[in-house]
Amino acid sequence: MADYKSIIDAYKDLPGGIIEAYHALQREFSYIPEEAIPYAAQVFGVSKPRAHGVATFYSYLRVGKRGKNVIRICESAPCHIAGADKVVAALEKELGIKMGESTSDGKFTLEFTECVGQCQATPVITINSKPYGDVTAEKIPAILAEYK
Amino acid sequence: MAEEMRIVLRNVGKIDPLKIDDYINAGGYKSLAKAKSMDRKALIDEVKNSGLRGRGGAGFNCGMKWSFSYMLETDQKYVVCNADEGEPGTYKDRIIMMEDPQSLFEGMAICGYAIGSNKGYIYCRGEYPYVVERLNQAIAQAKVKGVLGDFDIEVRMGGGAYVCGEESALIESIEGHRGEPRFKPPFPGVEGLWGKPTIVNNVETYANIPAIVEKGADWFKNIGAASYPGTKILTLTGDVVNRTYFEVPTDVTIRDVIFGLGGGIVGGKNFKAVQIGGTSGGFIPEQLLDTPIDFDSMAKIGATLGTGAVFVMDETRDIVDIVDRISKFFEHESCGKCNPCREGTKRMHEIMHKINAGKGTVADMDLMENLGGVMCVACLCGLGQAAPAPVLTTLKHFKAEYAAKMN
Repeated sequence: MADYKSIIDAYKDLPGGIIEAYHALQREFSYIPEEAIPYAAQVFGVSKPRAHGVATFYSYLRVGKRGKNVIRICESAPCHIAGADKVVAALEKELGIKMGESTSDGKFTLEFTECVGQCQATPVITINSKPYGDVTAEKIPAILAEYK
Repeated sequence: MAEEMRIVLRNVGKIDPLKIDDYINAGGYKSLAKAKSMDRKALIDEVKNSGLRGRGGAGFNCGMKWSFSYMLETDQKYVVCNADEGEPGTYKDRIIMMEDPQSLFEGMAICGYAIGSNKGYIYCRGEYPYVVERLNQAIAQAKVKGVLGDFDIEVRMGGGAYVCGEESALIESIEGHRGEPRFKPPFPGVEGLWGKPTIVNNVETYANIPAIVEKGADWFKNIGAASYPGTKILTLTGDVVNRTYFEVPTDVTIRDVIFGLGGGIVGGKNFKAVQIGGTSGGFIPEQLLDTPIDFDSMAKIGATLGTGAVFVMDETRDIVDIVDRISKFFEHESCGKCNPCREGTKRMHEIMHKINAGKGTVADMDLMENLGGVMCVACLCGLGQAAPAPVLTTLKHFKAEYAAKMN
């Protein structure tokens, strides 16, 4: 696994590149490590609170540890009426955790998200940003099996 | 019955988006060459006279916007594409970028020539990493072919903040900041990215440009509604038979969209409501379905065309529950910069939730009308100004649903 410093360094000459650096960290770790924030602040020449403020402003970015596979369930209106609540219940049951939590083996995290732009097939979930459409409770075990 | 008319989507399904030669063989990049043979002022006038208005939701005349940056003498100008498609129920920009990315690049390069810019940014939402990959592959092909000349395009990723669809918040985000909207004026066309004149247009807007340059303003302005000419891509969700996308002239009616190309309501149920333009759009009842979808006709009925999302609800749907969910969306997406929005979206959700739980009173409905009215005029940006629309329009058209939940 690459260390966070070299990942951030790769973006140091990109104007406004701190967000791109955060995305790169997240691609590697599935989250932004806490210790990367002060380093990013130094590299991009902003204060630590500012670097932290940027990282925590964006809901796609997550500061602090979470599971290797991030499962996000869309709860925007089209997915809401298509039965997103049933998908949530099935995922919670299958993984034995509640929304917002991670499995103890560090493999999965469950999160809510707003619209992910795959509304031709509601309800939608994403796993590590890969979309799955027309999801039903019955389909959950087979989808998760790909990541176990 | 309404029929599809493909201008923006003309190549979709016909070319391989990862083969730039396919795009070129279909006539691609001829418009850029034609544009470059024209006087820049004349080119902008052509776009202005076509009547093309922004397809992201605000509906500003595109050529007019370009003219503001064109007039300024400066060392650097920017062409920015708003691909932060975050409006729930909307995925048209994803289709354009995945299926025909070169038409977007060509539109941006034409804008670059018109205003005098050699640098473009595509700000693509973070939830679309596969689109970012596609764009970068397509940009690499365009560079190898040299079709963009000295115009450079770079992709930047958004971070899942709905507010970054607002152009000044988007600019803040490209600069590496929190995506909080700026006070206007100055408008981005004068002082935008890194303080330089910047044109921010939606993906669909740019993708219209090559066809307008090729066929001319007169051709374009005779399509669809006179005050908002051309076509619009619509994405249908909810209780409609055909949950899909299509491109139609802007003079089709809402009824035609839902019951024509949309195929009607699933399971033969009755229609109850449709929300158009995304989650900030107004709710529209049966008696207004013969309204044309164009920007001004929709504004007249207190609704919007917005992004072209069409969210259909059948007779069994609980309007109050849906609006409760929507009000939670706005509480979550408010950036927090201005008080009327930060506090207003929170309180609106609080009251909606109370009513949805059967604990509301008639006074709560009055309070929401009052709060919504204040937010429409007092919020800094379009997010907060539009946020009360679902509440206010359902209080107007579906008050009985609220009354049925009163304590």
